[in-house]
Amino acid sequence: MLNNITLGQYYPVDSPVHRLDPRVKILLAIAMIVCVFLVGNLLGYGLILVFVLFAARLAHVPFRVLMKGLKPLRFILILTFLLNLFFTVGEPLWSLGFIHITREGLRQSIHYSLRLIFLVVSTSLLTLTTSPIQLSDGMELLLSPLKIIHFPAHELAMMMSIALRFIPTLLEETDKIMKAQMARGADFESGNLLNRAKAMIPLLVPLFVSAFRRASDLAMAMEARCYHGGENRTRLRVLKLKKGDLYACLLMALLIIAVIVEARLVPGGLIL
Amino acid sequence: MSITLDHVSYVYSQGSAFERPALTDICLTIEDGEFVALVGHTGCGKSTLVQHLNGLLRPSSGRVIVDGEDINAEHADRRQLRQKVGLVFQYPEYQLFEETVAKDIAFGPRNQGLDPDEIDRRVRLAMEMVHLDYQKYAERSPFELSGGQMRRVAIAGVLAMQPKVLVLDEPAAGLDPRGRDRILGMIKEMHETRGVTIVMVSHSMDDIASLATRLIVMRRGTIAATGTPREMFQQTALMEEAGLGVPACARLCHALREKGIDIPADLYTQEEMVAAILSRWKEGGHHAE
Repeated sequence: MLNNITLGQYYPVDSPVHRLDPRVKILLAIAMIVCVFLVGNLLGYGLILVFVLFAARLAHVPFRVLMKGLKPLRFILILTFLLNLFFTVGEPLWSLGFIHITREGLRQSIHYSLRLIFLVVSTSLLTLTTSPIQLSDGMELLLSPLKIIHFPAHELAMMMSIALRFIPTLLEETDKIMKAQMARGADFESGNLLNRAKAMIPLLVPLFVSAFRRASDLAMAMEARCYHGGENRTRLRVLKLKKGDLYACLLMALLIIAVIVEARLVPGGLIL
Repeated sequence: MSITLDHVSYVYSQGSAFERPALTDICLTIEDGEFVALVGHTGCGKSTLVQHLNGLLRPSSGRVIVDGEDINAEHADRRQLRQKVGLVFQYPEYQLFEETVAKDIAFGPRNQGLDPDEIDRRVRLAMEMVHLDYQKYAERSPFELSGGQMRRVAIAGVLAMQPKVLVLDEPAAGLDPRGRDRILGMIKEMHETRGVTIVMVSHSMDDIASLATRLIVMRRGTIAATGTPREMFQQTALMEEAGLGVPACARLCHALREKGIDIPADLYTQEEMVAAILSRWKEGGHHAE
């Protein structure tokens, strides 16, 4: 019933990209987003495409898996494309009745769609190659300088890790309670909206009770082991920058330079 | 009413990267009035099998036939089925949700569409069967009871549907000795006085020894062996291979026979053991004279 849900979209294989420091990967993903916004023409997108495909290849992530991240966005993509296509004023290329397609419209719709696609794909590369736990570790370390202004970086990361840790557990629990109530004749599937909402009560009450129970057990277990927040804690997995991280940064720098230079040399008009 | 599993296989997450077989080609018949104990190592597919018995899981291939009807056929009435086959999950106390004990127990019968008088009658009867005093507990919140009491409320919730077959997944897990004796006593009583067919998943060989009429040993998603407790507990090697033990008395019997002491090979309950040893003792006494 609920056993098809995988947590996040982490693609568990071993690769040079998977082994990169999560901090570096987060920063690289941000750099990539900036890059996507710097691009002004098709050739620039070509550069980014080559980089993304190269990175995906290096990460042993199949193209199909990479593209899966776009699926939930397909309606937004189509909408963006159509809105820009029909509602941009400019030099008309083609018109039928009140519908006009302008050169600028075509240019912008291609531009924005590509931008969206590359934004999603490049951030997907981050989440596909970094486990949620690594991600929250990386976030914590990147945000830790903000502790000076009393920003609760460690606490946030801890909450995120705990939340992530309990998603599968709660899903399993939901499945179990659902089955148990179905065994007592509960019906979660038919009836009108009100009836269906009512039918959720036998599921939600035990689920909340168990979530609170788990939370209190966990808090107790953490206190029993003297957990008291971020001060002076050491870590099991100490993140260290390695050679691979350096190479990755160099590659990204190269891409940024290439994109900037390309944008300067070839003026924006080249897209059409 | 009998339940037949006809070449049932079940694969988890079929078609995805996490695909893994849970049951492979299970053939099994549970007859009316039996007390079947389902045993096996953790992860051998017991709980998966149990969920096939009332249609919560659909077999990937094969058929489940209850009372002569294929329960996964298109026209099959699942509600009717779940009324016939009651399933008590592991740690059933975690599924309680109502404000009062009586309301929670009434959830099943209410879903069956019974009239209020009948529901009330069934709630009282179910509470009596699990030895909970109606006057004392009916209006209390299930969340303020003890663990053992909560479990009995949950079991009463299934009993109130008056199933002909009662399937229990480790009903005594995590209870103190008194709680477990109570629950097992209740199940025994239901089997003996009300003629309810029982299928019980358990890890405790000693519990099974005193209750079950038949044992089904599962191993890695298949049925490794089946037979009466007396037959099965003689096969120490087979039971141990399936990751199980045999009751303490069967072990003792085995050890004594290996020492060359002549007692019957098929003893497994305390009473039999005591009787056999006593009679040997008396014989020995005669020789000494």
